[in-house]
Amino acid sequence: MSLELKNVEKKIGLDTHIYSTNLKLEKNTINILLGPTLSGKTTLMQIMAGLDKPTNGEIWFNDNNVTGMKVQKRNVSMVYQQFINYPNFTVYDNIASPLKITGVSSDGIKKRVGKVAELLKLSGMLNKKPNELSGGQQQRTALARALVKDSDLILLDEPLANLDFKLREELREELPKLFEDRDCIVVYATTEPSEALLLGGNTATLLDGKLIQYGKTLDVYNKPNSLVSAQVFSDPPMNITKIKKIGDSCSFLDNSLNWKSKINIKDGEYKVGIRPHNITTYKEGKNCLEIKAKVLISELSGSESLIHFTNGELSWVSLSNGVFQKNVGDEMNLYMNADEFIYFDKNERLVTSG
Amino acid sequence: MNKTINQKAWFFVIPVFILVAFNAIIPLMTVVNYAFQETFGNNVFMWEGTRWFKQIMLSERFHASLGRQFLFTFIILFIQIPLGIAIALSMPKEGIGVPVCLVLMSMPLLIPWNVVGAMWNIFALPDIGFLGHSLNALGFDYNFTQQIGDAWFTTILMDVWHWTSLVVLLSYAGLQSIQPAYYQAAEIDGASRWAVFTKIELPKMKKVLTIAILLRFMDSFMIYTEPFVLTGGGPGNATAFLSIDLVKMALGQFDLGPAAAMSLIYFFIVLLVCWVFYTLMMRNEGNQ
Repeated sequence: MSLELKNVEKKIGLDTHIYSTNLKLEKNTINILLGPTLSGKTTLMQIMAGLDKPTNGEIWFNDNNVTGMKVQKRNVSMVYQQFINYPNFTVYDNIASPLKITGVSSDGIKKRVGKVAELLKLSGMLNKKPNELSGGQQQRTALARALVKDSDLILLDEPLANLDFKLREELREELPKLFEDRDCIVVYATTEPSEALLLGGNTATLLDGKLIQYGKTLDVYNKPNSLVSAQVFSDPPMNITKIKKIGDSCSFLDNSLNWKSKINIKDGEYKVGIRPHNITTYKEGKNCLEIKAKVLISELSGSESLIHFTNGELSWVSLSNGVFQKNVGDEMNLYMNADEFIYFDKNERLVTSG
Repeated sequence: MNKTINQKAWFFVIPVFILVAFNAIIPLMTVVNYAFQETFGNNVFMWEGTRWFKQIMLSERFHASLGRQFLFTFIILFIQIPLGIAIALSMPKEGIGVPVCLVLMSMPLLIPWNVVGAMWNIFALPDIGFLGHSLNALGFDYNFTQQIGDAWFTTILMDVWHWTSLVVLLSYAGLQSIQPAYYQAAEIDGASRWAVFTKIELPKMKKVLTIAILLRFMDSFMIYTEPFVLTGGGPGNATAFLSIDLVKMALGQFDLGPAAAMSLIYFFIVLLVCWVFYTLMMRNEGNQ
């Protein structure tokens, strides 16, 4: 089983929403579409589902051309950012709704709804109406509706975005288990890099309607094929600067920082991407570079400290484990792990990632 | 949660209270005053107890106008609500058509009520009115000043013309607030157009429709100006709805006592129907 997009393109009027895209998704995989708002995730999903037709290109499913085939005939299910359930139906009827139309026997429906409800911890509230439930339970109901009918393709469009932090964490942990042992392709759209890392599977980075990179999630994270892909897959945003390398000595272009490096690349100018967690208040790794920082803002997130700082022209972010409270304008030294630098060439393609 | 006690709040409540007292409670009390007493002018009053109320409740004239009133309100609700929903459903959802339709729909609502009555009076006159003359030319024996059926037909048509837009605008707002994802989810389920209407659109419109029905009930139940200008309650008493009958009694015959009693009964009927309807519609509504 596989879903393949061949040169899929979507234009509305003069606007191109999706540039020509090739993508092949295999069965039993979770595939994450990662990109900021308006990067084309939802459009791409709607094309995959058959809710929307591509302007050009084809969609193949199991070696069948399904371009333009109606969504009802495609055995897909979809979960949205908003909690979409039939307002008048009980939770039970909501979960059963996709089965009723396909004509499953009422015993069969009962069994399958019961099973899915248990999986999603909804057993106790089958007789309630959606508006009597919390947001998390409403979204669980929507998930149950998607899971109950053994779809070939399950699309989740930022399903956790409207939940509060606690519920999001809780459901996020359960999600991969829900899709285990299922004969289907899961596509999951999100704006959050951390969500992609947690879910694993494969990730496609998207920006402005272009598919930047597709591969195993960790590969895409560790070896972004381009600066854009690295930026999409980095939160807080990646720190970038230009450096030059001559022999084994490297330096920032303005010579404000020099260091020795045994990195095996040609001499010349490069763009370097440094993830915020590789700039810390403490020394990490063998190849540690010291950088002077003037604090812009420092904020705490759980037990991590985000320090936004400037160094000359640079305006960067560092992310350290532990609680470090700094005042605006404080001068301090931060440490960069040079082994984790990611090098891009002039065209912003990957050269090497440490 | 503990309630804070702060007497300064009175400072903000009292002005509103005084204002409401002047424009609602005091006039209402005057009516209550009349309803229990008999007066021959010169500020001389005699206590009558519940006599006027009994008289009104037992009067055939009141029963007749109340019956006409309920019939009229029922008919216009029966036409305007489904028609309003149907028009709202067929209006465009985006593009230049939206403002065009909205403005066109709002037009009848902006016309003063007596102008509406006068317009329709002239429009429907059997000899010179466009509607009246055309109907007669087509072979219908149409004369709303003489024939009861025609008078009702014209009054209802006028009200439908004047007020369906309100239902349309409210329904349209309700429809626009349904997220596209609902329609997609229904499409994925393979739901029919009818199922989308009954399972998604109607439930989602329930609250605005409740308001629409309430507003249309109250307005049509208290309708005065338009039929007064159009038919004057005639022919005979055929279109004398409650408020027209009330004004006849109060200002035509100067029966202030019975008229006051009647207006209080009238008021309580409106209140009761609205309360029952609203309570029924809103039960089982969560805190969504």
